[in-house]
Amino acid sequence: MATTSTIRWLALGAALALGAPAAQAQQAPIKIGELNSYAQWAAFTVPYRNGWQMALDEINAKGGVLGRKIEIVSRDDGATTGSATRVADELVSREGVSLLFGSFLSNVGVAMADYANQKKIVYIAAEPLTDAVTMAQGNRYTFRVRPNNFMQVGMLVDQAKASGAKRWAIVAPNYEYGQSAAAVFKRLIQERVPGAQIVTEQYPALGKIEAGATASAIEQAKPDGIFNVLFGPDLTQFVREGNTRGLFEDATVLSLLTGEPEWLLPLKDEVPEGWTVTGYPWDEVKEPKHKAFIDAYRAKYNDTPRLGSLLGYMVMTMIRDSIERAGSTDTDAIIKALEDAKFDTVIGPVTMRGIDNQSTMGAWVGKLVLKGAAGGMTDWTYKDGASFMPTEAEVKAVRKD
Amino acid sequence: MTLLTVNGLHKFFGGVVAARDVTFTVARGEMLAIIGPNGAGKSTVFNMVGGQLKSDRGKVLLDGHDITYTSPQKRFRRGVGRTFQVAQTFLSMSAAENVQMALISCNRQSNRLWTAARERHRDKAVELLSRVGMAEAADVACSALAYGDVKRVELAIALAGQPKLLLMDEPTAGMAPRERAALMDLTASITESQGIGVLFTEHDMDVVFGHAARVLVLLRGQIIAAGSPDEVRQDEQVKRAYLGDARALEPLRGMSPA
Amino acid sequence: MLALDPAFLAVQALSGLSSASSLFITACGLTIVFGVTRIVNFAHGSLYMIGAYTAATLVPRLLELSFGPVTFWAGILASAIVVGLIGVIIEVLLLRRIYGAPELFQLLATFGVVLVVQDLVVQVFGPQDILGPRAPGLRAPVEILGRRFPSYELVLIAAGPIVLGLVWLLLRKTRFGVLVRAATQDRDMVASLGVNQALLFTGTLFLGAFLAGLGGALQIPRVSAHAGMDLSIIAEAFVVTVVGGMGSVPGAFLAALIIGQLQAFGILVFPKSTLVVVFLLMAVVLAIRPHGFFGRAEIVGGTHAVGIASRALLPRRHFILLVVIAILAGIPLVADAYLLKVATEILIFALFAFSLQLLIGVGGVVSFGHAAFFGLGAYGAALAVKWYGVSMEAALPLGLALAALGAGLVGAFVVRLSGIYLAMMTLAAAQILYAVAFQWVEVTGGDNGIVGVWPAPWASGPIPYYLLTAALTVVTVLLLKRIIDAPFGYALRAARDSEARAEAIGLSVRQHRWLAFIIAGAAAGLAGGIYAFSRGSVDPSLLGISTSVDALTMLLLGGIQTVIGPLVGAAALHALRDWIMPITSLWRLFLGLSIIAMVLIFPRGLVGTIRDWWGARA
Repeated sequence: MATTSTIRWLALGAALALGAPAAQAQQAPIKIGELNSYAQWAAFTVPYRNGWQMALDEINAKGGVLGRKIEIVSRDDGATTGSATRVADELVSREGVSLLFGSFLSNVGVAMADYANQKKIVYIAAEPLTDAVTMAQGNRYTFRVRPNNFMQVGMLVDQAKASGAKRWAIVAPNYEYGQSAAAVFKRLIQERVPGAQIVTEQYPALGKIEAGATASAIEQAKPDGIFNVLFGPDLTQFVREGNTRGLFEDATVLSLLTGEPEWLLPLKDEVPEGWTVTGYPWDEVKEPKHKAFIDAYRAKYNDTPRLGSLLGYMVMTMIRDSIERAGSTDTDAIIKALEDAKFDTVIGPVTMRGIDNQSTMGAWVGKLVLKGAAGGMTDWTYKDGASFMPTEAEVKAVRKD
Repeated sequence: MTLLTVNGLHKFFGGVVAARDVTFTVARGEMLAIIGPNGAGKSTVFNMVGGQLKSDRGKVLLDGHDITYTSPQKRFRRGVGRTFQVAQTFLSMSAAENVQMALISCNRQSNRLWTAARERHRDKAVELLSRVGMAEAADVACSALAYGDVKRVELAIALAGQPKLLLMDEPTAGMAPRERAALMDLTASITESQGIGVLFTEHDMDVVFGHAARVLVLLRGQIIAAGSPDEVRQDEQVKRAYLGDARALEPLRGMSPA
Repeated sequence: MLALDPAFLAVQALSGLSSASSLFITACGLTIVFGVTRIVNFAHGSLYMIGAYTAATLVPRLLELSFGPVTFWAGILASAIVVGLIGVIIEVLLLRRIYGAPELFQLLATFGVVLVVQDLVVQVFGPQDILGPRAPGLRAPVEILGRRFPSYELVLIAAGPIVLGLVWLLLRKTRFGVLVRAATQDRDMVASLGVNQALLFTGTLFLGAFLAGLGGALQIPRVSAHAGMDLSIIAEAFVVTVVGGMGSVPGAFLAALIIGQLQAFGILVFPKSTLVVVFLLMAVVLAIRPHGFFGRAEIVGGTHAVGIASRALLPRRHFILLVVIAILAGIPLVADAYLLKVATEILIFALFAFSLQLLIGVGGVVSFGHAAFFGLGAYGAALAVKWYGVSMEAALPLGLALAALGAGLVGAFVVRLSGIYLAMMTLAAAQILYAVAFQWVEVTGGDNGIVGVWPAPWASGPIPYYLLTAALTVVTVLLLKRIIDAPFGYALRAARDSEARAEAIGLSVRQHRWLAFIIAGAAAGLAGGIYAFSRGSVDPSLLGISTSVDALTMLLLGGIQTVIGPLVGAAALHALRDWIMPITSLWRLFLGLSIIAMVLIFPRGLVGTIRDWWGARA
């Protein structure tokens, strides 16, 4: 066992050692660092990698940017803050990458933002959702493409108004993302829905939910609305337990991200129908450009796209555009090319707002429905992020730069 | 002059009586042997005197001090040294270091963090080793010594604490016959010259009757006979205890069974 | 919140019971395997995970062929048998070779299996979580006091006692069971009975793995099979077996019941402290009953101590030391910023591993939670910076002091234990601290940790910080070396070699070990503090199991019987990691196989092997 593995390793090492010089045939490529939780959160991050890989192949097929190919140096970030900044350090000091992008967990995103600020290198947070990345911990080096918690929760709270639910329960994973989303929800629901109150809050540890006990503890508080931030294995368990116990039957459920295929697919036919969610109804997309992306993705990978795929693709193309506009890989030039810049993406125009470095990419809000053997979204609309972003005054109040 | 007084010791394991009303004394310079068939309670009594076991009832006095409930460590400081049935030494250290360790502990220096241990009490340790005939092996790792030599090192360790009472649990177990006599002669000469009382258990009757001044016979946790070797050898109860085999207690002629 | 609504309490208690059942089935296998083989099998959680993955993949295929309860349960059983066979493979390939090895090696080797399985599972079953089917006929809930309760959970509640009963029958009424019980009580006796031990052990592993697989397979109607299942169940299964008494099946059952209820009601009282509660229970139980509910002292493996032995002094040791110091001081002249960073980290880990050597190699105290003190040092320094704004010069000693304090506290409990209980207790202590750091968000920043822990201006920049680290590491290592050679170090070794002899010459074994904990903890805390400033941040993973395992791996890699082993091991492991990790995402597979290979082929480590080879040549 050990020996065959060693041989495989040696072969892999040799292949890499031989492969690398061949790629640098003409002009040195532009090196870009990428890090994500590929081992720990493979369900989300692998489609994401497929997304940026596809964009990268397209870009390099067209000759790259500034006459140079782009080379992505991709690493596993270990899914912890310390490990991620360590990997980032390796990418910057050893590989000499021009900018960094990636990361999945919110706490890792926050640490990466701090790192980018310390080392004065551009970091584009692809997936972390916590507001902190662009608000309290935000800095001129850190940018984010995906709509943050404040924006996505804002979209959901607008739906809550219509439902009339007043007694709200919150269930969220006990880490940065869940805490941040719950805090935003508490604030917005009380601001925007008069008379709303929070009757119970459950914060199971990420990946360690006691679903039955959590569901019945929520049931005990008799909420008429439930705000869910769980995702991944925690969500699956919670949905099953809640479904069996009838927890969702008389309640309005708002759920962050549950409409994204990465979290819907594992639920198979047990989708909690009627939940109001943010997500990605890729199967019903009609816009030609977006549709073309989806078709190309399916053809290339023989798999349906996830939101991560779209995100990876968008981030990569936005990086290309920024470098082209900057005319170099100089950090200040790239920052200038990113701030307040408009990008023409597969989902339409997106602006990178300069005041907080948050893009105006929006989200699809709709209801969950069972389509055949798996879940999907219905009654959805695309909400442009621009109208849900924190106001300039709010941004200025919390940002330190 | 009485050194050790054991008075009415009891020990129960669950419902089984391992020692019942065990009473005896050991005088300075005296060698007292405890014998008895397997499971008679020799080791139990022994370990209650050594402090490895707590007695359920009764008293152990050393030099008039009550040590019934004191830990092995405190008994050591009161002057109890011992060897074990299976020799217990520090196998990762040399013979000298083993004895040095005992001397360090004796001088209450085991918490010192600075001067190297191998430089402490070296001369005294070598002297103790030479007393048991192990001076040449001072720098040999204990793990590399023959078992008989390990037992002698163990004796040197026990002597390092300048004991008043020496407890030896089957001191010659696992040794070749010739070694046995040599070790016991050595013990006898040391104890005699220093006035140390010795309490030992033994299976080898040659050793017992050759070296013990007095013999105690234990059966099912009780003392059934006590006295000089000759008195014990003649005791009817003792003969029966050894499964009717009176010859078991006879001095053996020629080679003793190993 | 805690309204005493009887229906609610009943449902909550039932939820607790069903968790308890699942936990018991898995932990029961762990405790039986331990009873017979004396190996604490870290990979038991991996077997559980494989059981869940296999069932979630297999059962739907079977249901397509013929839908019905029989098919479903047959699929569950088949999955458990598959896992049982995997257990046999693990026994034949690995465990069989390490029954006689020291506990530390056994723990590490089975942890190696955990790492290997983590990567293999993703390769075999794919990255996505797999949601298994629900049990046919058990989809509908039942009404209990007016509340709906999943009927499958009722089946689970029954499954626990059923398995307990079947295991009881197996152990009482079959020859295999008699042998298993005999081996649990007295291994030597079974060896002398002329029993085919190899077959008995293989059979036991099959049974243990089967139960793990069954536990996992039974989860599929409630939990999707996912890649993090192994470590979350193994932590709980450890607690169950340790609290119940290692090797005791009824003990495991009782402990599982208590833990199930504690979790079900714990989330009502401490909704944010769920992680701490379970390990606190274990700490409390072990503090009162050092061998758990029904455990016995003598079943814990005997003196498995291996460690450093006296050696002749090297002839030119002062000269060699000067050369090493000169090389360390000269590295900034040739290394670039990144290499300096790597060198700094190597020195920090060397100090960390060396501090562990004082406990394991010198004292024979197998601590499996040394990360606790590393993390305390790091957090102590970071908290001092964050809350009191102190400078690095003050924060480092504060971190060290906090670690020493923590070590004193943990040590006070731990020195009463021995062997595997001690290892488990240190693990629990580290887990408690991990949970505190993770869930006490207001103070520790939770999983975000604390950022902005940067060195003082004079020490910032790669070169000054490297030199500072080198100076502190060299000085501390020399101090520790001095302590190892001093009477105190010898006293620790004495207690390790023979506790009975050490006591008989008047050594207070516990007191010495306690002091060793404090010294080792302080040194690890210093390493943690330096680490915090080198990164600029701390996070809970510093207190995690993988940090402890890192230190142990370094120790093992370098050679546990040598004084400089941990230093070489730290350098080797960290350099290897720095080299391999960027190339692949299969790092865990590689590390796991390396650990297993080390245990099997080079148990004496790099330094030990080289020294033997040198000695044989000379």
